[in-house]
Amino acid sequence: MALRELSSLEKYLGLKKPNKYTTRGDKKIPVLQSSNGTQLVGLLTIACHLVKEAKRPELLGDSTERRALAQQWLEYRVTRLDGYSKEDVKNILQDLNLHLQDKVYLTGNQFTVADALMYYGVHPLIVDLSIQEKEQYVNVTRWFDHIQHYPGVRHHLPLVVVLRNTIYTGRHH
Amino acid sequence: IIIITYYYYLAAMKLSVSEGNPHCIKPLAALQVTGVQVSVHYVNHDERVVPFLNRPVVPALLLPSGQHLFSPNVICRYLFEVKGQESSDLCNQWLEWEATSLQPALQLALHMAVLQGKGSEVSKVLQGHLNVLEQSLSKDNMPFLTGVLYYNRNGLYLHDLKSERGSLKTWFDLVAAMHGCQSTAQKVLQGKGLQGMKSYMQRQPVPQSSQCRDAPPCNSNPAEDNDRVVTEEEMEAAVLAWSRDLNNSCDSASRQYPILPQEGKRNILLTSALPYVNNVPHLGNIIGCVLSADVFSRYGRLRGWNLLYVCGTDEYGTATENKAREEGLTPQQICDKYHAVHAAIYKWFQIDFDYFGRTTTEKQTEIAQNIFWRLHERGFLLEDTVEQLRCENCQRFLADRFVEGTCPHCSYPEARGDQCDKCGRLINAVELGEPQCKVCKRTPIIRSSKHLFLDLPKLENELEQWLDRSFSTGDWTANAKQITRSWLRDGLKPRCITRDLQWGTPVPHPDFKDKVFYVWFDAPIGYLSITANYTDQWEQWWKNPQQVELYNFMAKDNVPFHSVVFPCSLLGAQDNYTLVNHLIATEYLNYEDTKFSKSRGVGVFGDMAKDTGIPSDVWRFYLLYVRPEGQDSAFSWADMALKNNSELLNNLGNFINRSAMFVTKFFEGRVPVMELQREDKKLLALVGWELQQYIQLMDKVKIRDALKHILNISRHGNQYIQVNTPWKKIKEGDAERQRAGTVTGVSVNMACLLSVMLLPYMPTVSQTIRDQLNAPPSCIQTILQGSGAFVCVLSAGHSIGSVSPLFQKLEADQIEALKKKFGGQHPQRAAGTPSEAVSLPSAQAEVAPVIGGDPEKAKQLTQAVAEQGEKVRALKAQKAEKTVITAEVAKLLDLKKQLLIAEGKKPEPAPQKGKKK
Repeated sequence: MALRELSSLEKYLGLKKPNKYTTRGDKKIPVLQSSNGTQLVGLLTIACHLVKEAKRPELLGDSTERRALAQQWLEYRVTRLDGYSKEDVKNILQDLNLHLQDKVYLTGNQFTVADALMYYGVHPLIVDLSIQEKEQYVNVTRWFDHIQHYPGVRHHLPLVVVLRNTIYTGRHH
Repeated sequence: IIIITYYYYLAAMKLSVSEGNPHCIKPLAALQVTGVQVSVHYVNHDERVVPFLNRPVVPALLLPSGQHLFSPNVICRYLFEVKGQESSDLCNQWLEWEATSLQPALQLALHMAVLQGKGSEVSKVLQGHLNVLEQSLSKDNMPFLTGVLYYNRNGLYLHDLKSERGSLKTWFDLVAAMHGCQSTAQKVLQGKGLQGMKSYMQRQPVPQSSQCRDAPPCNSNPAEDNDRVVTEEEMEAAVLAWSRDLNNSCDSASRQYPILPQEGKRNILLTSALPYVNNVPHLGNIIGCVLSADVFSRYGRLRGWNLLYVCGTDEYGTATENKAREEGLTPQQICDKYHAVHAAIYKWFQIDFDYFGRTTTEKQTEIAQNIFWRLHERGFLLEDTVEQLRCENCQRFLADRFVEGTCPHCSYPEARGDQCDKCGRLINAVELGEPQCKVCKRTPIIRSSKHLFLDLPKLENELEQWLDRSFSTGDWTANAKQITRSWLRDGLKPRCITRDLQWGTPVPHPDFKDKVFYVWFDAPIGYLSITANYTDQWEQWWKNPQQVELYNFMAKDNVPFHSVVFPCSLLGAQDNYTLVNHLIATEYLNYEDTKFSKSRGVGVFGDMAKDTGIPSDVWRFYLLYVRPEGQDSAFSWADMALKNNSELLNNLGNFINRSAMFVTKFFEGRVPVMELQREDKKLLALVGWELQQYIQLMDKVKIRDALKHILNISRHGNQYIQVNTPWKKIKEGDAERQRAGTVTGVSVNMACLLSVMLLPYMPTVSQTIRDQLNAPPSCIQTILQGSGAFVCVLSAGHSIGSVSPLFQKLEADQIEALKKKFGGQHPQRAAGTPSEAVSLPSAQAEVAPVIGGDPEKAKQLTQAVAEQGEKVRALKAQKAEKTVITAEVAKLLDLKKQLLIAEGKKPEPAPQKGKKK
């Protein structure tokens, strides 16, 4: 799973030479084997490394503050979304929904690598939502739909259909 | 200048931390190390600093942009980057490992060390992680930033573990020597080491060992089956407790009138907020005060405390006057009528007051006037002219609750005259924007009238000193402390204690002879007068702070009156009054997804609960299970059925019933001989630990949390029976039969233990269990003495009584019917609220009988709808008068509804928005 994410990320970043990856442990933590023999361990770490390698530092955030926010959401991704339980799902979606209420991307107005990885991470949750739930988490759904249509991000994941009109009234009034 | 501005900009950042929270050490140490200027705020563990997160998360850093960082690692990383130190790939890697792997393991380790007292086990859990650190350190240098982080998380353990590991220790000492790290840890943990984290850890969800993902390969799974690890010592202690004798010195069996403080005993005076007489209490009111206090008082009596529980109805005030006018009775008659309603409801809920009184008594007048004169003589009352709202149409001054308008603080349009429901701030009624008389909806005028004020600013110092003491020595819920602090922070102002009304305690001062005391001065004095009506020697309770501990139970909206206003009255009276030591405030209980509302008929009210056919004990259980302890919660029918069926029926009831049935069926009703094996001893230790947790939590009035431990015990029990299969073993050889006997004997003793722990929650069920087991009454004191002991109270040979099931299943259709009946989805339910019914189109009644389709009529109606629609559009285009348009729109909606019926569809009051196009 994580390896497919990384390979999609590589494609998005336009990296020509694919890197070599292995995984470690039951949880299949990704490990990047670099050409000089050193290793990098962990999805977040490798993703940030790839962004730097592709010379796209703006994807990590274009200011100190935005970099911190991007890291915040990357950490949220690897701590909360890997190995979540059923009860977590609701909490995660609620957190994100409230956070995204007044934002286009996770860190505000700019796309960062946090959006891409969060998108990969919540995809399995969103696929399982009913239309009614998607309306309930309207901000997450809007953000999700935006990211899955963001040029070059989606790659290995199927498109999730998001209705443009709401069909359940009452909940938000 | 730019640089200075930049630093000001950074200083605008706000770091929220809480005491005893180990996560806060990291950012605080990073502040020290980096020297970045950030204002640090100490908050409660429960405070929701980050608005969009579900759970309160601290530490949190508010960035200059207004966004929050809520992960300790990211905060540190940010602080270092502000100082120009960016993190490398290697650093990232360590941070990620720390967040995803080390932290979950530490959380588990902390849980074991701090809450379960298993410090010695911690090294097993952390072994693998420490090895990883050790190996890395011996190979290469750990980046500086991560060093700080690791030190703070790990250091505490290493100290405790006295780990002597080569390079890890060297590194650790190196980081410790860095300025700030050690002192920060000291400060956050208040110098108490691990124990300083206790209150924080208690609020965290119990970590699952499975959460420690990516445990390095050398790490064996810390706990095999998610259970606590039981040590040899614990097992020995459990066996010792098990074989203790019954404690026959049960002196608290009967309560003798009058209960008065006794030398050498823990003397507890317990009050529940006085319910207002003219409302039937709803479930939220019941759980908020009387039921919570009842559980605690029952528990306290079992613990052998000398305890008096008083409560009563709060009867004075305009609301009563008004209700009397409505029903054509005198206020006294109204009070008599509703006092009886309240008493009956609480009786049904088995609220075991020592005395349930009322505020409209002579004692009330006597004591309130006495306190008044003492305050007056000591110069704590001020005189002032007040501008008041008077409705000329209704010919009276409008009491706070009879005027509505716009809140001057937050512009909420439906603020009441005394308090805004939205922002919670107190309001002076004349400050309301666009005030309206609630009865006739006209605009009141402002008139002036002379009133008396309690001089709170003059008492503020004394109050604060006393609060400091009470906060530090007593149990105050977090919300109670927080609300009180926020009142003090805003500064106290004089508060009016008189009102221009008739129905109240008269002000004895000749200059104010047509006035009565304002309810908030008067009502808490009700606690005193109610006690005085219980016994003439009431002053032994109320003027005896040396011997008596006072507990106040209430919902959070009542806090300021009990923590600030009333204590000031008592302090000012200077009569050695007993002041509140423990203030237990609940949050709010919602009904399904909405609020309880009498006027809309939404929710279950006290008098209706018994009509549901669900036993009082089950109601109590569920309300206590969802007690809004620490956060708001909700009553939900589906959830109630689920909890009844899964917890009461399948877990608790199943276990108790099975173990008693085994005794009856396999051992002729006599408890068999028990020969404890290792597995049994382990179970005794586990159960003993749950019992101790229960007692610790109950002592701190964590009623909901304690209930979970009861259910844990029966879960252990069910598992024990399931694994040992006594029903099979009984049919096999002697050794197996012996084993079946031991398992049955231990189980039936657990059932007896459960009945004792359940007593405060479900008194009837608890008694039924002990009756079925024929348990000796002294078992209660035996089990709950000291820190709790799981004693074998039903020894071999004891005959039990006849056994029958304890709980009944709640069926889905039964619950669905109740849900419909009590609103939730159907706000127009209540027949007694005509105002709601009016909003429905009157035509509905005429067309309702047409059930089933009528194609011919449908055709005509389709035509009519189209025509009427045209007409409305035309009127709108012409910008016709609003009333005209509204009338035509109403007709259109009617026609549409008729059309639906003619088409054979249900005329649901469907969302009209959807139909617009």
